[in-house]
Amino acid sequence: MLLVVEQFLNGLQFGLLLFLLAAGLTLVFGIMDLVNLAHGSLYMMGAYFAATFAAWTGSFLLGALLALGATLILGIVLEMSALRHLYGRDHLDHVLATFGLILFFDEAVRLIWGPAGLALPLPAWLTVPVPILHGIHYPAYRLAIIVVALLVALLLYLGVMRTRVGMLIRAGASNREMIGALGINIKLLYTLVFGLGAALAGLAGMMQAPILTVQIGMGENILILAFVIIVIGGIGSIRGAFLAAIFVGMIDTLGRAFLPNLLRQVLSGAAASTAAPALSSMLIYLLMAIVLVVRPEGLFPANRR
Amino acid sequence: MKALSVSKAVTALMLAGLVVLPLYSHLSGNIFILTLFTRVIILALAAASLNLIMGFGGMMSFGHAAYLGIGGYAVGMLAQEGVGSGFIQFPVALAASAIYALVIGALSLRTRGVYFIMITLAFAQMAYYVASGLARYGGDDGLTVYKRSDFSGLVNLSNRTQFYYLCLACLFGVILLIWRIVNSRFGLVLQGLRSNEQRMQAIGFPAKRYRLVCFVISGTMCGLAGALLANNTDFVSPAVMYWTRSGDLMVMVILGGMGTLFGPVMGAVVYLLLEEFLSQITEYWALIMGPLLLLIVLFGRGGIMGLLGRLNRG
Repeated sequence: MLLVVEQFLNGLQFGLLLFLLAAGLTLVFGIMDLVNLAHGSLYMMGAYFAATFAAWTGSFLLGALLALGATLILGIVLEMSALRHLYGRDHLDHVLATFGLILFFDEAVRLIWGPAGLALPLPAWLTVPVPILHGIHYPAYRLAIIVVALLVALLLYLGVMRTRVGMLIRAGASNREMIGALGINIKLLYTLVFGLGAALAGLAGMMQAPILTVQIGMGENILILAFVIIVIGGIGSIRGAFLAAIFVGMIDTLGRAFLPNLLRQVLSGAAASTAAPALSSMLIYLLMAIVLVVRPEGLFPANRR
Repeated sequence: MKALSVSKAVTALMLAGLVVLPLYSHLSGNIFILTLFTRVIILALAAASLNLIMGFGGMMSFGHAAYLGIGGYAVGMLAQEGVGSGFIQFPVALAASAIYALVIGALSLRTRGVYFIMITLAFAQMAYYVASGLARYGGDDGLTVYKRSDFSGLVNLSNRTQFYYLCLACLFGVILLIWRIVNSRFGLVLQGLRSNEQRMQAIGFPAKRYRLVCFVISGTMCGLAGALLANNTDFVSPAVMYWTRSGDLMVMVILGGMGTLFGPVMGAVVYLLLEEFLSQITEYWALIMGPLLLLIVLFGRGGIMGLLGRLNRG
């Protein structure tokens, strides 16, 4: 029981983290029609910034706040210098250009911070276990991630659906020329959206940093998960990304936690312990394949709203 | 049409260079260049196979490295189990790649555009994780191929020069095959589907079936490259299937010129030599390579072949 609740919360936490990453990706894709492979690099930069700033200032929160600003600025600079010129081009061009950016960021990090990873230590008040249910404790930091991510998801929803800027963003997504003709500065809007996506990715990176180590290439594996999520959820749909992210986070976490035992019921011990890790890593890709076979446009296709 | 265009001249020069390279290597005593170019040729073969579906078929596969791994693992696993004959290893490698291509092609071709890019990527990652889970065959650490494929005296793969020419012959064979395919009725239908699928379907061509056949042919060709690559490095690991390797192959195709016969070969040569050259100048070669890719995408439409074509006209 204890293990089930714990793993369930871990799945939720991982899913929400993935949502932060996928939300930026799906926003940028849905609105600018840009496939951004370098989104994972922004996630990595967020983590490196946070580790550096936290070490400088000596405060975890202040470091995180500064890092959030830094990834936002980095995203804006990136959009204005390079990615802006890719709008309207073939998707293949996007894949290639942003693939080049990944090479660049990985190498730049190696040059600046060195090949060894960094650690982002947690302050004492976040390391205590918190009682959540009768007799069940859960780490405060993971709870904090859940709360922050839910809050961001809510803000994002309200921002996109209920504010004027959100309305412009949605309008820009459905007809770029029209909204430009109505006198809206579409360039600025796009830069803003990209910066927002970058900040979300950076936030995900810095929140994951204390749990895992901060290292080169950390953004690449999770980027593929984020792609799986936006494909399952339907590209361009934030709601789809949210549901798919939770779903993928749960399946991945629960699969890793319980699949070995389940397999041991049917297979011999040795066979099960070798097959289980591979099978649980495959699980989400299988899920994606099934979803795409049944609904080739994802679960919540954005353009059909 | 001019008798000798710039792009044709450059292509001919490059091919002639590839043919006489072992001679240069022997005369100068530079063995390294032969090893380097064997790798270049094998990856050029993989890039050419990707070009068949990407350039001519309009299918943007982001999981092509999976076949490199499948072909490689077929050789490695058979060698591990004591089957050393290349006459068994290579057909098995090709058949395994073809079956994999058939299954994932049948599923992936239900989708299009970005979804297709992503689903092929996801399947390749799946293959990557399967290979990492093969504890008997090294798992994450990979599998050493202690003995190269044995073609009972026909060619000796352990002889550098013979192996080089075998790879080169495979590359030329594949390019010849692609040339025949592209100019056949089948190839014309494929290119028709690339430019206007609705019209082709209205005429009565079953789009999916044509694409699937093309997808399988391309995957089988890349499986051959995988089998050669495992022999070249005497080693196969999940890393050959990692998604960045699929990205590398895509870059080679685009860099050389998508949808041209020799573009991918040119792209592979330039990309890998550039990588080699930059890594000799600085440890941080990717710092230059990354922005270079960005610039090529932004300003170099049509890749090297397109550039040469413009030189000709301008």
